[in-house]
Amino acid sequence: MKPPRFRYCSPESLEEALAVLGEFGDEAKPLAGGQSLIPMLNMRLARPSVLVDLNRIPALAGIERTDRFLRIGAMTRHRAVERSESVARAQPLLAEAIGYVGHLPIRTRGTVGGSIAHADPAAELPGVLLALDGTVELQSRRGHRTVPARDFFVDLLTTSADPDELVIAVRFPVLPPRSGTAWLEVARRHGDYALVGVGAVVTLAEDRRTIRDARLCFIGVGNTPVRATGAEAALRGQPAAADTWRSAAEAVRNELDPASDIHASAQYRRSVAGVLTERALALAVQRAQEGTAG
Amino acid sequence: MPTRFFGEPIKRAEDPRLLTGRGRYVDDIDLPGQLHVAFLRSPLAHARIRSVDVSAAREMPGVVAVWTYDDIGPCQRRMPLLIPHPDLTHPYTRYPLAKDEVNHVGEPVAMVIAESRYAAEDALEAIVVEWEELPPVVDIERAIRPGAPLVHEELGTNVAAHYVGIVGDPERAFAQAAHVFRERLVIERSAGMPIETRAVLAVWKDDEDLLEVWDTTQAPIVIRNALASLFGLAPTQVRVIAPDVGGGFGCKIMVYPEEVLVPYAALVLKRPIKWTEDRLEHFVGTNHERLQIHDAEIAVDGEGRILGIRDRFLHDAGAYTPYGIIVPIITACQLPGPYKVPNYHVEFRAVYSNTVPVSPYRGAGRPHACFVMERLLDRVADELGLDRAEVRRRNFIQPHEFPYDVGLIFQDGAPTRYDSGNYPGMLDLLLERMDYRRLVEEELPRLRAEGRSVGVGIACYVEGTGIGPYEGATVRVEPTGQVYVATGMPQQGQAHKTVLAQIVAEELQVPLESVQVVEGDTAHFQFGSGTYASRSAVVCGSAVALAAKKVREQGLALAAEELEVAVEDLVVEDGRVYVRGVPERGFTWAQIAQLANPLRYAYAGDLVVRPRPWTGPALPPGRQPALEATEYYSPPHATWASGAVGALVEVDVETGQLRFLRLWVVHDCGKMINPLVVEGQVHGGIAQGIGGAFYEKLHYDENGQLLNASFMDFLMPTAMEIPRMEIAHQETPSPLNPLGVKGVGEAGAIPMPAVVAAAVEDALRPFGVRITRMPLDPDQIWRLTHPAEA
Repeated sequence: MKPPRFRYCSPESLEEALAVLGEFGDEAKPLAGGQSLIPMLNMRLARPSVLVDLNRIPALAGIERTDRFLRIGAMTRHRAVERSESVARAQPLLAEAIGYVGHLPIRTRGTVGGSIAHADPAAELPGVLLALDGTVELQSRRGHRTVPARDFFVDLLTTSADPDELVIAVRFPVLPPRSGTAWLEVARRHGDYALVGVGAVVTLAEDRRTIRDARLCFIGVGNTPVRATGAEAALRGQPAAADTWRSAAEAVRNELDPASDIHASAQYRRSVAGVLTERALALAVQRAQEGTAG
Repeated sequence: MPTRFFGEPIKRAEDPRLLTGRGRYVDDIDLPGQLHVAFLRSPLAHARIRSVDVSAAREMPGVVAVWTYDDIGPCQRRMPLLIPHPDLTHPYTRYPLAKDEVNHVGEPVAMVIAESRYAAEDALEAIVVEWEELPPVVDIERAIRPGAPLVHEELGTNVAAHYVGIVGDPERAFAQAAHVFRERLVIERSAGMPIETRAVLAVWKDDEDLLEVWDTTQAPIVIRNALASLFGLAPTQVRVIAPDVGGGFGCKIMVYPEEVLVPYAALVLKRPIKWTEDRLEHFVGTNHERLQIHDAEIAVDGEGRILGIRDRFLHDAGAYTPYGIIVPIITACQLPGPYKVPNYHVEFRAVYSNTVPVSPYRGAGRPHACFVMERLLDRVADELGLDRAEVRRRNFIQPHEFPYDVGLIFQDGAPTRYDSGNYPGMLDLLLERMDYRRLVEEELPRLRAEGRSVGVGIACYVEGTGIGPYEGATVRVEPTGQVYVATGMPQQGQAHKTVLAQIVAEELQVPLESVQVVEGDTAHFQFGSGTYASRSAVVCGSAVALAAKKVREQGLALAAEELEVAVEDLVVEDGRVYVRGVPERGFTWAQIAQLANPLRYAYAGDLVVRPRPWTGPALPPGRQPALEATEYYSPPHATWASGAVGALVEVDVETGQLRFLRLWVVHDCGKMINPLVVEGQVHGGIAQGIGGAFYEKLHYDENGQLLNASFMDFLMPTAMEIPRMEIAHQETPSPLNPLGVKGVGEAGAIPMPAVVAAAVEDALRPFGVRITRMPLDPDQIWRLTHPAEA
């Protein structure tokens, strides 16, 4: 388990990093926290000829709050997000989900941008970003663009970023008033990738008893994180009640098309996605009603 | 008053060094000029090798040598069959590097020796092998059907061994039984996963004519003997050292190909050679265990008393049988557990498959046996409407019935004879700790009324421990006051340095810190077999006790002579030997050691040796110049530990998740040398048992590819998954050894699949399901409770 030969460069500015990516494109691979890439290198599953270490570019890390969103720099460690008070206040779903990411050593090293760019369909952060309709900031020598999460996650470990583009930050939009969120997941062990996970975001109408808007995003059930758009549409205008959650669960089960692997069957994942839907919606609404958001 | 060391909860002497990162494992040792090894391992489960082209690899930068079977000289012979058995009619072992066929993914095919492991792994990619694929044999039930593809064509069968054991008259017992119940029970494949993978470092020391080998083995003397005979060296020309070893769990007791090939490379290339197994290699290159499929039936009378058991099972042997059929033999012998089974028919076939070979992994056939027996008893209780604890109580061997003969020959060739135990007492203690009646009659109904799926299980087990052949120890009081203890057993976490020191300190009444236990180095002790089968405390501990006792006698005799008193007038206390009632008339142990060895000493501070008139030789005939004894202990047969566990679990029926609410353990390993160490062993075993009940399973696909060869997908429980354990001890001393001790190493791993099955089944009573396969997982639990959706 030793990596094949590669060229290693450690740029000290974003421009320098983008220049290397621009030059080598497909051949280059950015190294962020290394929690997925290093094992893949050691197992010789990834064979980049150039490794672009981003760890000496301090400008890529940081958490910023604007009126409309929380912007988290790509090289921000999970642990920084977990400990951030502004994340806890502004983005409770992210704050809740981040604790499910691996273990403390992994969160201490792993980065937000690394997780988003790696696009593991069972990982929490891509799911959170998609649940919140967030966006990804990409930069290359050619320029800067933002891509909505729904267009960013394309397939298994595949994103719409071009080879010369670097994820430099992700934006998590701020929730409207009377909103509540919940993140639930079932994993084999504490810290494992989810067998099924769900992020629920619910906004109530002014009566606080009717659902104005609901979002349900699942991880571990497809090649990307998946939104249950049918179930979401059916939830709008419904009363906040157990029957509603049950119907939503049924809709989710019909809508999702998970695969089987050695850890759980497709049928299990589909069924449990429904169970988590009910539980997460109930919890998110309770939080919205209590004004605790998440 | 003598100071008590034996039986005291003394903290492990090993820990300060290990916990502060000062351990020294094989991979921590580097020698100047050392080369590194990487192995090309078969990517296929079953294939003939048409050709291996290593020419390009040999030209790679940093590569010193690339070897195939053709290049390995004296190693061109099959690996040893370590434990033959008359019923192992078709044994088969591998060549260190595959000769013309591979039989499992991971089998070593070629060996690269290079300036770095990186260079060695690069060169692996340049080796070209032309394969002729053969049909893989993975499913052992299919493997025994007529016409099935064969793992080893020349054997003409996939059945390595067919064993039949019969006690009493099972046919008659079944014919006359009030009830007969049948179960098909499966324990899946798993493996030991020590945190330190295997590693070997070897160097030929030309100036000393010595082959020095550091090896993460549980049996350095066995490795030394194997290397000496393989290379035509005297045993004293080979020194094998097992330094700190980070866990063994059984899989490090073997003679693996790497353990002969790396030393051979050191002999040939005259440079130090190191190989450290990586985790991927460990999954496919180090032995596995567990898979058995049992068709078991139990015959009982109207009151639930066992009349007989019939069990026919298949045991997955993997591709080779280097360790014989120890695992299924243990299963067969231990299946009756603590119960009277007057009529017993047990039969197994050990079946070859194109998978990693199987040899003992902590528990070694016992978790399987316990699972089968306890499942059958739960079935009896449920069918007859009896309490599950009551059924066990009705079938226990009673305390006055020891020694008790099960009627079969155990793994060590001796009778399966329980020496002592108190099984009813053990269960009573467990039920008392669980507050069983209240739990079952009040607590469970209350929780269930809240809609919670909770259940209780209990399971009892025995463990044959401390088998022979023998172990030995040297104990010596140094003239400087330290006590040197050497044994042939290395440790992989068992706290030998603590507990063996306790035995010596108790006998000589010296401070623990003055006892230096040296082990795992063939330069210090020459005879013995190794650390396995929960035998260190029993066999090695007894040898240490015998040697310490002899040293004590030597010391008393010398002191009595010097003080001109009778031995009976002396007391041993506070590190001294003195005349009873006259503490100032006596000697420290250091002084007695000096008396034994009438030399000049460099510093004369507390010297007692003084000029004497000439009476003859300084060392009279029959006397040795040291307080030193080497003793061996060879047990007549195994000594039988036992235990009982109880679990209160909760199942999330909708997600199949399992949570332990309480976990109780009663354990009886005879006299405890150190209760802290005993509890540590129980904790570790239980944790591993929980792994075997809910997490650890190796998934082979139909092509013989291992699908979860990483810690991401092979799930060992972490501290987060292990509940607090409430442990109680019962001490039923063994009459077989001088210390009255029994082994505890594997204890906890044995009953967990059984108890988890019982508790989950109890929690799922409304669904009327039976748990017949281990380990469980959320998906399986969900399937049991959602038959329509699954």
